[in-house]
Amino acid sequence: MPRGLRWLTPYLFLVPGALWLTAFFVVPMLVMASVSLQEGTLGTGFRLTFNFSVYPEMVAEYLPQFGRSIIYALVVTAATILIGYPIAYTIAFRGGRAKNILLLLVILPFFTAFIIRTLSWKLILADNGFVLGSLKDLGFLSPAFHVLATPLAVVSGLTYNFLPFMILPLYVALEKIDPHLIEAATDLYASRRQAFLRVTLPLSMPGVFAGSLLVFIPTVGDFINAEILGSRDTTMIGNVIQRLFIQTNAYPEAAALGFIVMAGVLALVAVYARVVGAGELTAG
Amino acid sequence: MTANTLPVRRPPLGARLSRLALPAFTTVAVLYLFLPIAVMIAFSFNDPRGRQNITWQGFTIENYFDVWSRPDITGPMATSLVVAVVATIGATVLGTLIGLALTRYRFRGRGPFNLLIYIPMATPEVILGASLLSLWVTADVQRGLGTITVAHIMFNISFVVVTVRARIAGFNRSLEEAAMDLGADELTTFRKVTLPLIFPGILAAALLAFALSIDDYVVTSFVAGQETTFPLWVFGASRFGVPPEVNVLGTLIFGAALVLIVAQIIWARRRQGIETSLAKEAAA
Repeated sequence: MPRGLRWLTPYLFLVPGALWLTAFFVVPMLVMASVSLQEGTLGTGFRLTFNFSVYPEMVAEYLPQFGRSIIYALVVTAATILIGYPIAYTIAFRGGRAKNILLLLVILPFFTAFIIRTLSWKLILADNGFVLGSLKDLGFLSPAFHVLATPLAVVSGLTYNFLPFMILPLYVALEKIDPHLIEAATDLYASRRQAFLRVTLPLSMPGVFAGSLLVFIPTVGDFINAEILGSRDTTMIGNVIQRLFIQTNAYPEAAALGFIVMAGVLALVAVYARVVGAGELTAG
Repeated sequence: MTANTLPVRRPPLGARLSRLALPAFTTVAVLYLFLPIAVMIAFSFNDPRGRQNITWQGFTIENYFDVWSRPDITGPMATSLVVAVVATIGATVLGTLIGLALTRYRFRGRGPFNLLIYIPMATPEVILGASLLSLWVTADVQRGLGTITVAHIMFNISFVVVTVRARIAGFNRSLEEAAMDLGADELTTFRKVTLPLIFPGILAAALLAFALSIDDYVVTSFVAGQETTFPLWVFGASRFGVPPEVNVLGTLIFGAALVLIVAQIIWARRRQGIETSLAKEAAA
């Protein structure tokens, strides 16, 4: 390439992918925004009437589902931190030469289809399956006890399915910590607990934030776990969007709900970028 | 006064137990992560009577032969494979180009461009699907194999960029400089030095893209039209009872993923060895 046109090279590399993402991510978002402001039915067609009232209507109508999605996602995020932190800590500080193998063991189960994994949980948690059934036969549980179709089942499924999104960023953050810092703390008479609370934990907070974002967002939008493991009383906002879009073809209402969720997600990402710094987000 | 003021003490029992707590917790956690996979594999050998494959009835390997004469299952599987292969190639090419541009060139518009890469990853899948459906409905495009593949390329690009970028960032620029010093032009340097060095990263990215694509239910369910992929079929079948043949295919995919990942790791390690020794020579 002639020297004068050198500056063009990066753009040549970027353009094909950028066009793809623009055409099939940015444009669809704009179209969804426009659809949300239309009125009509599938039969008569939809017309853009700038019907902004659909937004307050949707929030009011599906408030329980919004609330449930947010509560479930908060519980799941907390649960993945509680389960994931000790795992990531063990791999990062006690893994030794087996670090990569351990890390692989942690992510390997997630190379099975999401659907099949969740169906497996349905089998495990089944009322008379080999876990609950055996406990019932032994008299540890009352015969009426069940987990499936309860919020507990949905939250457990979500926790399982999104755990690696917590473990990986936690591991990356913990692995970066210089062990000498912890040594220095204990040399200065910090107890192991103090060293952890005052050195390790604060230094691993970027991982906690990143992991929380990576778990919270897909959990809020998920509908598979609620569909397979839940009941009508555990419906999340994702289930509503999916049903309105695909089964009842109520496109404007569904699009409005989708746009509300998207706005919430963008707000979260913006807060994250403010708190942790955009550099952390885009460092890759 | 005696010289020995500090008697050698064994750490208290509590401390010794707490040292064991982390490895014990991690072991239990890994077992928990593999539980649904173990169930999936076990029930691929089940011999159920009737449609429900939920209680253990007896061992058989029949399912592994039967599955190939079930076109209702292998058909969607073939569709999934075709989509995954095409989407992997598309996303790997587009994503690698972006990864190269982002790590090797300085250019205007980096910030907004980073957002274009990262926001799709932060968007719940249900929103990706819903917005694409809005687009296809509005543009009156027939949904099917084409729209599925387009969507899969879209959500995979960002993951490829991140994976490839991590690999390029850790790579030794002096090797390229050495090649240029020895009279290689830019294209030759890229072909003979850069590409072989970043190839493991590209391969890892392609594997990830393939895994994400073959597994996808949510986005696909919005843009599939009348087309059925494997996850869609499994989900549909789960309402009436999933036959053991699904577990067979799940187990085979898991096995293939395991083999590929292990092979990729061994290969990447070997290359890393070669690379380090090359870098040492170049530095000498």
